[in-house]
Amino acid sequence: MLAYLIKRLGVAILVALTVSLITFSLIYLSGDPAVAIAGESATEEDIESIRRFYGYDRPIAVQYLDWLGRAVQGDFGQSHYLREPVAVAIFERLPTTMLLGLCALVFALTLSVPLGVLAAIRPNSLIDRAALTLAVVGQAMPSFWFALTLMLWLGIYWRLLPITGSDSWANFVMPSIALGYYVTPAVMRLTRAGMLEVLAADYIRTARAKGLRPMRVLFKHALRNAIIPVVSLAAVQFGFMLGGSIVIETIFAINGLGFLAWESIQRADLPMMQAIVLVLSVFYIVLTFLADMLNAWLDPRIRVV
Amino acid sequence: MEKTPSLVTVPVLEPSPMALLRRRIFGHLGLLIGSAVLVVIVVMALAAPWIAPHDPFDQVLDRKLIPPVWSDGAKATWTHPLGTDHFGRDYLSRLIWGARISLVIGFSAMLISGILGTVVGVLAGFFGGRVDMVANFLITTRLSMPVVLVAIAVVSLVGSSLTVVIWVLGLLIWDRFAVVMRSATMQVRNLDFVAAAQALGCSTGRIVFTEILPNIANHLIVVATVEMAHAILLEAALSFLGLGVQPPEPSWGLMISEAKGLMFFDGWLIAIPGTALFALVLSINLLGDGVRDVTAPGGT
Repeated sequence: MLAYLIKRLGVAILVALTVSLITFSLIYLSGDPAVAIAGESATEEDIESIRRFYGYDRPIAVQYLDWLGRAVQGDFGQSHYLREPVAVAIFERLPTTMLLGLCALVFALTLSVPLGVLAAIRPNSLIDRAALTLAVVGQAMPSFWFALTLMLWLGIYWRLLPITGSDSWANFVMPSIALGYYVTPAVMRLTRAGMLEVLAADYIRTARAKGLRPMRVLFKHALRNAIIPVVSLAAVQFGFMLGGSIVIETIFAINGLGFLAWESIQRADLPMMQAIVLVLSVFYIVLTFLADMLNAWLDPRIRVV
Repeated sequence: MEKTPSLVTVPVLEPSPMALLRRRIFGHLGLLIGSAVLVVIVVMALAAPWIAPHDPFDQVLDRKLIPPVWSDGAKATWTHPLGTDHFGRDYLSRLIWGARISLVIGFSAMLISGILGTVVGVLAGFFGGRVDMVANFLITTRLSMPVVLVAIAVVSLVGSSLTVVIWVLGLLIWDRFAVVMRSATMQVRNLDFVAAAQALGCSTGRIVFTEILPNIANHLIVVATVEMAHAILLEAALSFLGLGVQPPEPSWGLMISEAKGLMFFDGWLIAIPGTALFALVLSINLLGDGVRDVTAPGGT
């Protein structure tokens, strides 16, 4: 287990370093970052002083190492627009996005796991077909359009929920549904496939033959084993949702990391953009690492690599 | 040909593999519906200059926000069956021209990511070992970067155009191609016919192109449909956020974005392009699912 852990950790760190290099080089995509910050009406001296102020006149390798060294200590520099440290702005908004992601995940799991189990108990039944149809339809719905449609019906026509903002729990209902529904098809299919496989296993037949109650067999013997891959899928999807929250947060004006990212992209706030991409990527790397560790702990066969 | 065979040599009449395939295709409702809808949309996009009733860019300001014909507003008219937007542009014409944008971006981005992902995946699956490790590393790195965020950041820095959107999406969504092609190649790689080709002295390139690729082509088609649908949804999301296709182009995502402020009064403004997007993505997904079911008998 320890050898596997160390090896997997090494890969995670290497991936994080590569991501940091890509993220750092993002600002050079526009050509000269000093020109991008200065704006169109800037004089040559303005650009030169900005270049010196932010250190863009140094060799790129030095800039990268300096940036990385500070980033590791949680210092992402000053925001060009907000006039406050990037790290402060990010950690102010991070909890909101985490909360949104968690709510969306809870919504997705409470919908998809029971559906997947039901579909697997009666394959090819009406419920199974309905669940699969729902999955196909759900996967084809553009998330931003679904969000706007929810807003229109639940918010305007029926007046059930507030449309924008992030002040009360009611503000999070629609965004969570809009963010979470996209995950449900994948989780449902995996639950269904896992349950189908487990239900056909010998130990389930044994449990049934012993005369255990069907519910007990289903939940204690079958679901427990079928749910393992779902747990790691959920972790991965949680990471994807944090990245995808930019669309949903922009629509519902939720003051989280995604909205901040969108704002800073609009304002060409380069240090903020870099930091958000890096933070979300590293978060995803940590999540997948933890999911792998959980899997290895639950399933000893994985450890022998 | 049509000689009556003698009774003793009549073989058991088994349908040919092609007949079996044909029977499976025409027995698959999803595949039929998906292909039919997709064909309609593609034909619509190709014939846009001839079938669009108006110029999609033509602004007629005294004909603003005419509702579609099925609504009971007095302004509804058959001159603009789907109504007009806030600039008085014919919504049906914009919808028809917009199909071109979705299809071109979806197809081109899928092609770029398909080539990239297949190269990575096939190399990893064929050679294994170090090559596989490098490929896995590339895939993990790619997966850890949030697609939408990176895409809009890059588009905003490089400047937005159709080509930029295509390349950014193409370079971002190759991961699924790589993952699926890798495992498919691994399965095929150890089969006897590959060993036979190696024993005959075939070059690696020849083995990959004539032995491996034809045998994983069905997986490739399935992933291609998934990724084309993915690219279309991403383009729409990017355009919706204002960092994809730029106005006045009639991208469906952009149409929804432009109608966002007016949707509380005129819900159809977002319902129409949204439904079009949904229908296109659904038809591509149904086609992909159908190809998977039809080419992999027995498996689901």
